[in-house]
Amino acid sequence: MIDHPIVYQADQIFVLLKHWLIGQLPSSVQPAAGVLLSVVVIICLFPALFAVTTIIERKGLGRMQNRLGPNRTGPFGILQPIADGIKSLTKEDIVPTSADGVVHFLAPVLLVVVVFMGFAVLPMGRNMALTDMDAGLLFFFAIGASTELSVFMAGWSSRNKYSLLGAMRAVAQMISYEVPLLLSSVAVVMITGSLSLNKIVEAQNHYTWGLPHWYIFTPWGLAGFLIFCIAATAETNRSPFDLPEGESELVAGYHTEYSGFKFALFFLGEYVGMFSISGLGATLFLGGWSAPLQILNFIPSWFWFFSKLMAAICVFIWMRGTFPRLRQDQLMNFAWKFCLPLVLTNLFVTALWRFLGEGWLRWALCTAILVVVYVAMARAEMRSGHFGSRRYRYAE
Amino acid sequence: MTFAFYVIAALTVAGGLAAVLLRNTVHCALAVTIAFAGLAMLFLDLDAQFAGFAQILVYIGAVAILIVFAILLTRNSETPRDGVFSRNWFAGLFVAAAIFAVLGWAVLHSIAVLPNHAAVPAVTVAQIGQALVGRYVLPLEIVALLLTAAMIGAVIIALDEKGRTK
Amino acid sequence: MFGEGILKGLAETAKNFFGSYVSADRLTTVEYPEKRLEPIEAARVFPFLVYDGGDWQAGLRCVACQICEKECPPKCIYIEKSKDKKPDAVGKMQFYPTRFDIDVSVCMSCQICVEVCPFDAIKMDKLFELATDDRFGGLILDRGMLAKSNQYFHGIHPTEAAEVDARLTAERAKSAAKAGAPAAKDAGRPQPPPPGEK
Repeated sequence: MIDHPIVYQADQIFVLLKHWLIGQLPSSVQPAAGVLLSVVVIICLFPALFAVTTIIERKGLGRMQNRLGPNRTGPFGILQPIADGIKSLTKEDIVPTSADGVVHFLAPVLLVVVVFMGFAVLPMGRNMALTDMDAGLLFFFAIGASTELSVFMAGWSSRNKYSLLGAMRAVAQMISYEVPLLLSSVAVVMITGSLSLNKIVEAQNHYTWGLPHWYIFTPWGLAGFLIFCIAATAETNRSPFDLPEGESELVAGYHTEYSGFKFALFFLGEYVGMFSISGLGATLFLGGWSAPLQILNFIPSWFWFFSKLMAAICVFIWMRGTFPRLRQDQLMNFAWKFCLPLVLTNLFVTALWRFLGEGWLRWALCTAILVVVYVAMARAEMRSGHFGSRRYRYAE
Repeated sequence: MTFAFYVIAALTVAGGLAAVLLRNTVHCALAVTIAFAGLAMLFLDLDAQFAGFAQILVYIGAVAILIVFAILLTRNSETPRDGVFSRNWFAGLFVAAAIFAVLGWAVLHSIAVLPNHAAVPAVTVAQIGQALVGRYVLPLEIVALLLTAAMIGAVIIALDEKGRTK
Repeated sequence: MFGEGILKGLAETAKNFFGSYVSADRLTTVEYPEKRLEPIEAARVFPFLVYDGGDWQAGLRCVACQICEKECPPKCIYIEKSKDKKPDAVGKMQFYPTRFDIDVSVCMSCQICVEVCPFDAIKMDKLFELATDDRFGGLILDRGMLAKSNQYFHGIHPTEAAEVDARLTAERAKSAAKAGAPAAKDAGRPQPPPPGEK
């Protein structure tokens, strides 16, 4: 269906537009101009999406708590992000006297730069990845690992106990959850046999009876996706894993001492990090830019990618509106004693899936192993008192 | 030897020097991270994607954080009063010079400087992976065993004296 | 089943989210400047001075005893006592405040001034929209701004006002009976008119 000229042009509209624009330039600068154009588009697009997300988040959270949410700025409050932006841009930029000026300044800059780099390998549509790297997934995780450093720099350079505690929490949490995040993605790499995100999407872009071959529709894919979601939530410091900025005990965590534009940069970094990790999740498990049904293939691929991305963002918001914050020891226990064994089991199951061949046997076997391990581990953890309803030693 | 190489090399050397010369320990750790990043960029400049990304993932993502944690958890990060240089810096200089000489000797006698270095193969990540689980599977397993043993040792050290695993 | 609670929680918030668009009674927010709720009868914000009759300068119940000034925990009341005396509601000669200021930026609405006042002269008001662009002068309420009639008191706190009036009437009747004829004429009425001229 993609062969129809109109459908094809709608699908490739941005690619064609870019080629046309670059075609106006002399051929010597064309490659550089092409990269520059794509980078500028990415740098403009995701902050715009960030602005939309803040209003969705505030309205959505309000509705989940039976409130109205912001509704004063413009019709239905849709101009609220602009007001917020103007406010944070015009605020005084305060640096504490005892702070380490250079590091204090570099931390938000590093965070935003690093977070934007993740988009270099995400395929946002058919032929719409900035670079097709052989080791795209590795690049993504390598870049993602660098955000920890900027968080630490922010917390340490502020010379504030809350900032430092928040930063230490954040770094500990991000390192812990990076392990399940990586290992749940490794399952996808094992099946696809490639670290290139383009190849991973291509591998899922097949249909049987009009239904897609997304990895989430397999036992190991579903388990991997759920663990990926949990780890991604923790990795981006979102509720219920937002202890690093737990306002009840740490004011605002590592960005306590930031104000004005630098605070806005941290905020932007957090949300753009959410976009990139959601995009990765969609690419790995939800078929990237492929349509959910074969008959929907006429809708452009970039539309599907961004719908999946925004759906993931809505789930993030939904979780934030639902769950209370965890305690630090619960967080660590959950990562190391529950997610890690489960994701290792998932790796084993994935290998089994790969070598059992087609047929109902591998479905039954893989599902059975995952369910049994999940139930057994959950029961063991409940019995040992790590999970489950809390018992108060002195209050009863 | 391109322009990019000189920029990256200068950055790496500057990071390394700063790590040695700065007075604040945390600044030193951050400077070391710059040196790590420079190394990673050198790898990428040489089209060694896997090595470059692994360098970022392991060294910036884990080792730098580990150093920082070690600094913050062991002693205060304030500048030592009696300078950052140890008294027997001369011996250190000697050791460093010796290591540099050995490395230099090794580089000068490696394949890369031999006349027919045009046939350097373009190594993909897939090839590295296949080599790791194929030809080099025994070293890989030994390294894995060693790391596991080290980890168990760390856990045992961290255990409570009375054997309570709290 | 482990993880069931998570799903239940998600279902609850989803119900809230969609329900808030369907049923209006879920959204309990009253959008304040356009719509407002009538404050409950016991609401209290800042103190005011009660006067009897029509003229606040003549009918002010306050006798400048300065108990409230001394008792006020944040010390937001400032009183200057008069040199001369004037007849109060029952015609007895009393001092009066030549100056009675309350700094509402300091006042914490504790109502202690009301509790300690032996003359029922100071009571709590319901007005809360006192915002001003002059944060020093604009938030100090003087005698004239503080003085409000007994009818106003009846309007905002009817129960308390009725109780106060009943008590005052009884007290005045008693003191009138003790003192004899001169004040008896006035004491019988709950809201005596202001004494003629001063």
